[in-house]
Amino acid sequence: MVEPEAPTGGAEDGAPASLAVILLVSVLVVATCGLVYELLAGTLASYLLGDSVTQFSTVIGTYLFAMGVGSYLSRHVRSNEIGVFVRVEILIAALGGWSAAGLFLLFPLVEDFRIALYGLVVAIGVLVGLEIPLLIRILRYRFAFRDLVSNVLTYDYIGALIASLLFPLVLVPQLGMIRTGFAFGLANVAVAIALLLVLRGRQKVSADLAAALIVLLSLVAGLAGADRIQRWSEVAFYGEPVIYARSTPYQRIVITRRGEDLRLYLNGNLQFSTRDEYRYHEALVWPVLGRVANPREVLILGGGDGLAAREVLKDPRVAHVTLVDLDPEMTHLFRDEPTLARLNGGSLAARRTTVVNGDAFRWVRQARGRYDAILIDFPDPTEFSLGKLYTESFYREVARLLGPAGVLTVQSTSPLVAPRSYWTVASTLEAAGLKARGYHAYVPSFGEWGFTMAGHQPPGDAVRLPAGLRFLSQASERAMFDFPPDMARRPAPVNRLDNQALVRSFAEEWGRYDG
Amino acid sequence: MVESTRREVLKGAAAAGAGALALPGCAAQPFPGTLGGADWQRGHRVRDGRFPAPQGRAEEAAVVIAGGGAAGLAAAWRLKDAGFEDFVLLELEDAVGGNARSGRNAVSAYPLGAHYLPVPNREARALRHMLHGFGMIVGEEDGAPVYDPYQLCADLEERLLWRGNWQEGLYPASGLSTEDIAQRDRFFREMAGYRDAVGADGKPAFAIPRAGSSTDPRFTALDGLSFARWLEARSFTSPVLRAYLRYCCRDDYGTEPEHISAWAGVHYFAGRRGWAARGDGDRELTWPEGNGRLGALMGKAVAPHVRSGHSVFAVAREGEAGALVSAFDHAAGVTRQWRGRTVIMAMPHFVAARIAPAETVKGALRYAPWVVANVTVNRQPRGRGSALAWDNVSTGSESLGYVVATHQSASAGEGPTVLTWYMALSREDPVAARKLMMTRPLAEWQRIVADDLLTMNPDLAGAIERIDVWRWGHAMVSPAPGFLSDPARLAAIAAKPPVLFAHSDLSGLSLFEEAHYRGVVAAEAALAHLGHPFESLA
Repeated sequence: MVEPEAPTGGAEDGAPASLAVILLVSVLVVATCGLVYELLAGTLASYLLGDSVTQFSTVIGTYLFAMGVGSYLSRHVRSNEIGVFVRVEILIAALGGWSAAGLFLLFPLVEDFRIALYGLVVAIGVLVGLEIPLLIRILRYRFAFRDLVSNVLTYDYIGALIASLLFPLVLVPQLGMIRTGFAFGLANVAVAIALLLVLRGRQKVSADLAAALIVLLSLVAGLAGADRIQRWSEVAFYGEPVIYARSTPYQRIVITRRGEDLRLYLNGNLQFSTRDEYRYHEALVWPVLGRVANPREVLILGGGDGLAAREVLKDPRVAHVTLVDLDPEMTHLFRDEPTLARLNGGSLAARRTTVVNGDAFRWVRQARGRYDAILIDFPDPTEFSLGKLYTESFYREVARLLGPAGVLTVQSTSPLVAPRSYWTVASTLEAAGLKARGYHAYVPSFGEWGFTMAGHQPPGDAVRLPAGLRFLSQASERAMFDFPPDMARRPAPVNRLDNQALVRSFAEEWGRYDG
Repeated sequence: MVESTRREVLKGAAAAGAGALALPGCAAQPFPGTLGGADWQRGHRVRDGRFPAPQGRAEEAAVVIAGGGAAGLAAAWRLKDAGFEDFVLLELEDAVGGNARSGRNAVSAYPLGAHYLPVPNREARALRHMLHGFGMIVGEEDGAPVYDPYQLCADLEERLLWRGNWQEGLYPASGLSTEDIAQRDRFFREMAGYRDAVGADGKPAFAIPRAGSSTDPRFTALDGLSFARWLEARSFTSPVLRAYLRYCCRDDYGTEPEHISAWAGVHYFAGRRGWAARGDGDRELTWPEGNGRLGALMGKAVAPHVRSGHSVFAVAREGEAGALVSAFDHAAGVTRQWRGRTVIMAMPHFVAARIAPAETVKGALRYAPWVVANVTVNRQPRGRGSALAWDNVSTGSESLGYVVATHQSASAGEGPTVLTWYMALSREDPVAARKLMMTRPLAEWQRIVADDLLTMNPDLAGAIERIDVWRWGHAMVSPAPGFLSDPARLAAIAAKPPVLFAHSDLSGLSLFEEAHYRGVVAAEAALAHLGHPFESLA
């Protein structure tokens, strides 16, 4: 194939002068878009994978290298540069436009996110690398070589400046990453469509135009549906870098990390933040252990993260901990993953701990042991299946497992946000024949949080706390039992299997609070 | 037993090849599963005769119960409860329970037929006594029975797919016109009136057991016309109300409103006055295996007396002294005989008429065929709107929806479960429907079940692991207009020892309570005939 020496794209060929203007503007646009996609990929990578220095460095390096590959490949374009350029624009519009949305959606689904990420970075990089060489060749007959290089590179760098300023100051805060991707994809496809319209009379453009319009439509649809995509994409939902995400047959486990703050979410509900979980777990465990003369046998229902077990094992009087959690993947994760096992001090692998993976609702019915302390730490009663674990029938079985002088406690949602739900737990424990007593603690990640203590005998005031606790002292422990009027006890129904009063009031009270 | 033919496998491979283009859930894929049902080979052999001559001498038993469904088991339980041991129960199938049978796989137990028992009325004394013995009634509060909360259906009980959304309860709650609402309220007001109505004879208008109902013509006159005609006459024309009532008729009677007596239609709404403490009177008792729990507990209580795999094919009266019962032992391949001083025919009337033609009178009883499919899924169904309930029904489906087998037993919200899917073949003529039912291959049933389920719950695409289909040719008796005066029924009720009848057919309503009552009444008649002392529970 012989490269045509005759000027095919020159000003003399009768093409409208507007083509040159459009092409120069498109240099600006493609330069801006190219850098935006690069920044998106880098930000997303550090957001999703953590360690922003490494992520930015490797993403930018890969991207620039891929651009080099694109530039090299441009030599294989031997004819119809402008047609190829238009197609490259359409492809970049599709890939770059959907890049952020696609990566967010893909993250929880793919085994190795890095392959998807760098695959996309390379693809966009190669295409962007094709752009400038092609543009230079297209414009080569319209400008003297000196002016051409100057013009193209000037617009290129101006575009880069625009992108690098817009991205952190306007785009991410105002539009968010998903919309930013779509908006710049639209810019790319607009360039392609403008060129196609100008070229219309001179070559066949209908197929390219159709492709461009399809991409345009998909980007507009994506832009319009960005909120829904955002919702599908839990990564955006959590607002913190996700370091682990997994769907088990029972729940969706997501762990996020920002700096030193590690958080566990189950089905989107925060279970703990390492910043303040000690407040929650000290309040769950020590008021109970401190009221039992000799807590040898301890039962934990729920609490598959092992954090409550960690507190319990600090007590040398405890001979044995039985922990019943539904989800084996949860307990295995917190037993075997070093970062997580460090959080719970290896409590799930400890010799004194027995982990049972089973449905607590079933387990308590067939269990035969006697326990001196029982800690009930289930997720909030957001659904009927969880509501069963807060019923009178369930507490009757638990009461059967509780020794005569034993004490139990139940995490019982926020007495401030959902007072009726909170006091429903006390009513229900009392209906099951126990003496109940509420207490609450401030846990910044959750807000004001409630627990309900109960025993066959009314739990008293006297408590023995170990040294070295970070949250509880004699005085702060005593204060937890004081309820100001906005959280004070009020009439609340008994939660039974056949009325599920708690699930209904919980949804109502939290619904009102969340607006 | 997995019926997987070469053709299905090939089809599956073709579907997988086309999978890249097909939408999820649309590809025809074969599921593992079995095709089962009441053993009609044995049943038809009884119809066609040709059994070998009896071997050895007839065994003696004071009472021979022929049939081990709910009525036969109730009769046996009643005898045993009265301290009477000289009886034998012969059952055609290899397991007792009849409609109250169940299956089990690695995920859960599941029902093959009936799946719940409403909290019984005050008048169901014998049944309450039995539930007490089975640990289902655990105490008394303010004089009323307290039911075990684990065995009462847990909240959420019912949800309905209506206009694209799941809502709580089975009556559509949105999109109703003022006329719809007015008719709905009038209908339920009238039904409440019937529920509290008492006849001139001092009996409740509608009772369960049915035998306790008033014979005041004010109410029995309803038996003279179909429920559909009665609804027309009372100007109940709201399409929403009529669709709901059609669902109710098909769900309880397996038949369309055009084919059931208005008395039975009203009975559905006016018969239940469940009696329980703590306001649990309107609840149901249910178990993962459905009424299989009741069948198994009754079977266990009388296990030493049960001879399963025995087709009773002839009952011949021997004067007033008793009757000779001939049964074919399928395991041994021989015919055995029992000489009973009383024989209780605990079987549907159409079977009794073949076995003991001399003891029965011809009537017009018809039976509705049903298909029950147990669908094992690897995750729980979801859907827009209300959370998963025990009973899940779609207004857009010809099926009666599905119940969730693990609803009672577990709290785990996401894991695998078994969905029991019900379909009354009420559109077709029962004879044609039975023929269809016997000839349609498993793969076709599975496709029907899967299509229906995936239309209700597209979220189950890819979640179905197996579909086991169970066919009931004669699932329940249809209370057609005139059933209250059906001669076959009345003759069976009036029968005197030595040959008695016990079956829900005698009530004309296929309810566990009715079968139980008929078993108890027959057992007590036998006890009285034999001079065994007892305190009547009927």
